[in-house]
Amino acid sequence: MLVVHPERCTACRLCELACTFHQDGVFHPLKARLTVGIFPEDDVFVPIICEQCEVAACQEACPSGAITRNLETGALEVNTSRCVGCRMCVMACPFGTMVHVDVDGKMQKCDLCKGDPQCVAVCPWGALEYVEPNDAALARRREVARRLAGVLKGVRV
Amino acid sequence: MYGWTGRMLRVDLTAGTATAEELCPHDLHVFVGARGLGSKLLYDAGAYDVDPFAPENPLIFATGPLTGTYAPSAGRYNVLCRSPLTGAIAASNSGGYWAPELKFAGFDLIYVTGKAAAPVYLWVHDGKAEIRPADGLWGKTVSETEYAVRARTHPEAKVACIGPAGERLVRIACVVNDRSRAAGRSGVGAVMGSKNLKAIAVRGTGPVRVADKEAFKAARKRAMEKILTHPVTSAGLPAYGTAVLVNVINAHGAFPTRNFQTGVFPEADRISGETLAKEYLVRKKACFACSMACGRPTAIPSGPYRGAGEGPEYEAAWALGADCGVSDLAAVTHANWQCNEMGIDPISYGATLACAMELYQRGYLSKEQAGRELRWGDGHLLVEGVRLTAFREGIGNLLAEGSYRMASEFGHPELAMTAKKQEYPAYEPRAVQGIGLSYATSNRGGCHVRGYTIAPEVLGIPEKLDPLVADNKAFWVKTFQDATALVDSSGLCLFVTFAIGVPEIADLLAAATGEAYTAESGLLAGERVWNLERMFNLKAGFTRADDTLAPRLLSEPMPEGPARGQVSRIDLMLPEYYRLRGWDEEGRPTEATLARLGLRW
Repeated sequence: MLVVHPERCTACRLCELACTFHQDGVFHPLKARLTVGIFPEDDVFVPIICEQCEVAACQEACPSGAITRNLETGALEVNTSRCVGCRMCVMACPFGTMVHVDVDGKMQKCDLCKGDPQCVAVCPWGALEYVEPNDAALARRREVARRLAGVLKGVRV
Repeated sequence: MYGWTGRMLRVDLTAGTATAEELCPHDLHVFVGARGLGSKLLYDAGAYDVDPFAPENPLIFATGPLTGTYAPSAGRYNVLCRSPLTGAIAASNSGGYWAPELKFAGFDLIYVTGKAAAPVYLWVHDGKAEIRPADGLWGKTVSETEYAVRARTHPEAKVACIGPAGERLVRIACVVNDRSRAAGRSGVGAVMGSKNLKAIAVRGTGPVRVADKEAFKAARKRAMEKILTHPVTSAGLPAYGTAVLVNVINAHGAFPTRNFQTGVFPEADRISGETLAKEYLVRKKACFACSMACGRPTAIPSGPYRGAGEGPEYEAAWALGADCGVSDLAAVTHANWQCNEMGIDPISYGATLACAMELYQRGYLSKEQAGRELRWGDGHLLVEGVRLTAFREGIGNLLAEGSYRMASEFGHPELAMTAKKQEYPAYEPRAVQGIGLSYATSNRGGCHVRGYTIAPEVLGIPEKLDPLVADNKAFWVKTFQDATALVDSSGLCLFVTFAIGVPEIADLLAAATGEAYTAESGLLAGERVWNLERMFNLKAGFTRADDTLAPRLLSEPMPEGPARGQVSRIDLMLPEYYRLRGWDEEGRPTEATLARLGLRW
């Protein structure tokens, strides 16, 4: 799965560029399958990605069954021959990560670059990671534990 | 077209028109873009003959062919015009997100002439543009303007604007985009103000294309391998910003202090990048497509200077700090935020205040004339002076003219630390010989980013030279000036050149545009741009006599530190520099040189 570490993001937007360059052959942030939310007033930068939801609103909403899961990568992919371009998925997706790319009105979304996500490859700071879900959860638990350990250090129970 | 969009937006504020035009493909190829292409348009318009504040002075916002791609740090543009500070050609470079947005909107550049009857802003979106009244915007600070213009246009619009300083024709005013990225030098913001143009908002939803996708990918990979492993670009700049240089330059006795009276500032570490990171840095921040993230969002939680903003970077830390004798980092940081908000170049502001402090120290400027005491190290004066300068109030009305005009008014122009009336940045020419030649010959006056010989002379990149030796420095200055002109014309950030050189940049340009750029032809394009800028300045009335430094640096030996006893040896270096350039003894390009570069008077 893709994991986001907003605290490492520097708002360079290289992920948006690498995404469309790989997928569509041009540099086109509007059509990127992910977007960096930049809030300079608060110095907070948050990449918003497709979460490849287990129960996915895009898939549920699709009337033509065009969105199916790639069992190898776990990504939900658009079968463009079945997509009718009704954009129900755009309305349904809570993250806004369905994009309209094709000239013939077909939809696209993050397919994890078939298992080699280019946004991860291009990020200079590891703000995006591609990892096994359980590894990601374990790493997060260890991070929390380390912070707690810092607090507990010197405290006698 | 690939790389370039091939289109420009021509705006006539007098007539109230904005129309799209095709750019000449030959000019794009041979002048590359951004600084080079903008210089060509300025030259062809005869801008060397116009008053900088006349409506006829073109104000050009120009991107490069790599801007908007994922080439390393490729988010930059140049603002060009005839400078109201120097009278020479101005080309000021800025990062952030504004420039790629212009490419996504379908334009390589915006060419503005004329003067609006009342304040306006320009709204550019996907190949179209509107000139709109700037009701209620005039007088606003940079961030206020940005928010207000975005509210009137589009939430995703990127905004370049002037602050109160540009409105009042302050000769050291800049154009600021994305709140804290500035086309900082040579007073380009004042020219924008003279046109009654408050802001340019841009929104683009289109793509930027490259000619050869696989070759571009490979060229980027080769460049990034170097950038991500070089200690300066992969570690120093991200961790401490450009102010990582403060202690390094001070250790070389090359950190100009109290208006270049010495090159050693004992309290340097208090205004260093390391101290900033420890005290006030919030996090690191990047411009578009940049892996170096030298941007410094900062916050001060309490005290008289509390607040938040961006910076200071190295040059500002020096100008607002050591040059004014100020070691209070909170004051320096807050003054930098004020410069961002008011739209003032912190280098020229700090240096002009330092000049005023020396005039005061020597009794040439009295307390009555200044309206107050001007003491070295006064942090409150430093901070308050920014607003006074922007609004031309009190002492600020003197500072607003820059140090050369101010010092001349009090009969002591020799105390202005300027070349071609533009203030020097943060390196002492007596302690670093090559950078002195670079200042003296810079086409936009005192400047470090035209030929940054600090890289070889201090940092040892690409090889270590002795900073105190003048021999052979002319060769290095010329080579760096030509390479930098190429970098600035391509849309890349100069900082990538710590790690990569002309061959990598030529590969990126070739793959992006489909034109046959090589290391040789790329460097030649840079030399062509340099000579064209020189021709502009010669036509504007500059001569050999202007290729020099303040008398102090040529005749008063450095009083202390590693460069003690040294003076700048411009006299030795300049003739060799002219010869290497293929210029005559008066510094004019010979016919043979012009023919070699494909230029004509």
